Amino acid sequence: MSLTNELIQEKLIAKFGDQLTDWVQPYGMLTFTAPKDLNLKILQFLYDEPELRFQFLTDLQAVHYPDRKGQELAVVYHLHNLVDNIRIRFKVFTDIATPDVFSATALYASANFMERETYDFFGVNFTGHPNLIRILNVDEMDYFPMRKEFPLEDQTRVDKDDEMFGR
Amino acid sequence: MSRPVQYNAKLKMVEAPAGVMGDGFMATSLEKVVGLARKNSIWPLPFATSCCGIEFMATAASHYDLARFGAERMSFSPRQCDLLMVMGTISKKMGPVLRQVYLQMAEPRWVLSVGACACSGGIFDTYSVLQGIDQIIPVDVYVPGCPPRPEAILDGFLKIQELVGQESLRRRTGDKYKDLLESYGIQ
Repeated sequence: MSLTNELIQEKLIAKFGDQLTDWVQPYGMLTFTAPKDLNLKILQFLYDEPELRFQFLTDLQAVHYPDRKGQELAVVYHLHNLVDNIRIRFKVFTDIATPDVFSATALYASANFMERETYDFFGVNFTGHPNLIRILNVDEMDYFPMRKEFPLEDQTRVDKDDEMFGR
Repeated sequence: MSRPVQYNAKLKMVEAPAGVMGDGFMATSLEKVVGLARKNSIWPLPFATSCCGIEFMATAASHYDLARFGAERMSFSPRQCDLLMVMGTISKKMGPVLRQVYLQMAEPRWVLSVGACACSGGIFDTYSVLQGIDQIIPVDVYVPGCPPRPEAILDGFLKIQELVGQESLRRRTGDKYKDLLESYGIQ
C-alpha cells in the first residue's frame, strides 16, 4: 500500500498527539502546525520512521505575520519523500521578541545555508547553528529587510523625496 | 587606375591641433598632443552586470562598432585601462568590488555610468541595490536610459573623448581633484 497523506497524518498523531494542529491539504500537500520546541523531534521522526522516510529538506524559510501577536514569525519546513514522491510541509510559530528556533543543521546539512538566509531576511535566531551570519545581504546591514515593518525602498537615500517617487 | 577593391579610399583622420607649422616641423602645446593621443586610443574596461551590458555588446559589435573611436580593444585587466564603463545594476554587495576595480586602475582614469541603474539605482529602489555608483566612485559621464540604445552609449563615449581631449595635464595632480577623491575616501 502506498503512502498517503492520511497515513502520514495518522502516524504523526499517534506519535505526537494533539500537539500538532491546523491540518490542511492545499493542492493535495499535507500541511500542519507544530509547537516550536518540537520541530527537531518531528523532523527526526519523519526522517527515521521506515515508512515515512522524509529524508530530503526541500526548503526552509520564514513568514512574517505582524497581526498574530506573540507568534509573528513562522518558520516553514518543506520535506520530500524521494521514494514515494510525497511532499509535506509544517510550520512552527515564534514570538518576534524571542525568535529562537532549534537549528536543523545536525540533521540536514542543507539547512545550513537556508537557515542563514532565513536569519538574514527575518532575523530568526537558529540556536545550535554553527555559523549564523548574513549570507546574501551586506554585512553592515543592521535590520532584517523582509520583516513587514521595513518598507521595500531604501530608506537611507535623500534624493528621491519628491512626489514623483511617493516619499 | 581601377582596382577591384578600394582599400582605405575613405580614410578619415583626426584634425591636427592648432599650432605653428613650417618645413619639417610643427610646434604646438604638449597638452594638445597628449590629449589627442589619449582621446583616440581609450581602452575601455566593461563592467557589465545586466541588460545594459547586452546593449554594450551591440555597441561593440560590427553594426555600431565602438572600434571606430579608437576603442578597439576591450581590456579586462583594470591596470591597463583608461575608462571604466559601468553598465547595469550594482547591488550593495557588489559595491566594494566595483570600488576595488576602480582603485586598481592607473591614473588617468575615467568612469562612464551607463543606464538608469548605474546612475541612480533605477527601478530598483530597494534595500539591496546601490542607489547610483556615484556614491562610491566619481563618475565623469552619465548615460541615462533603461537600457540606453547603442547610439546613446556611443554619445556618452564621445562625451568622454571630449573630456579626455580637453583635460589639462595638471588636473590629476591639482588640489581640486585630490579633494574630489578625498570626498570618496580614496587616497
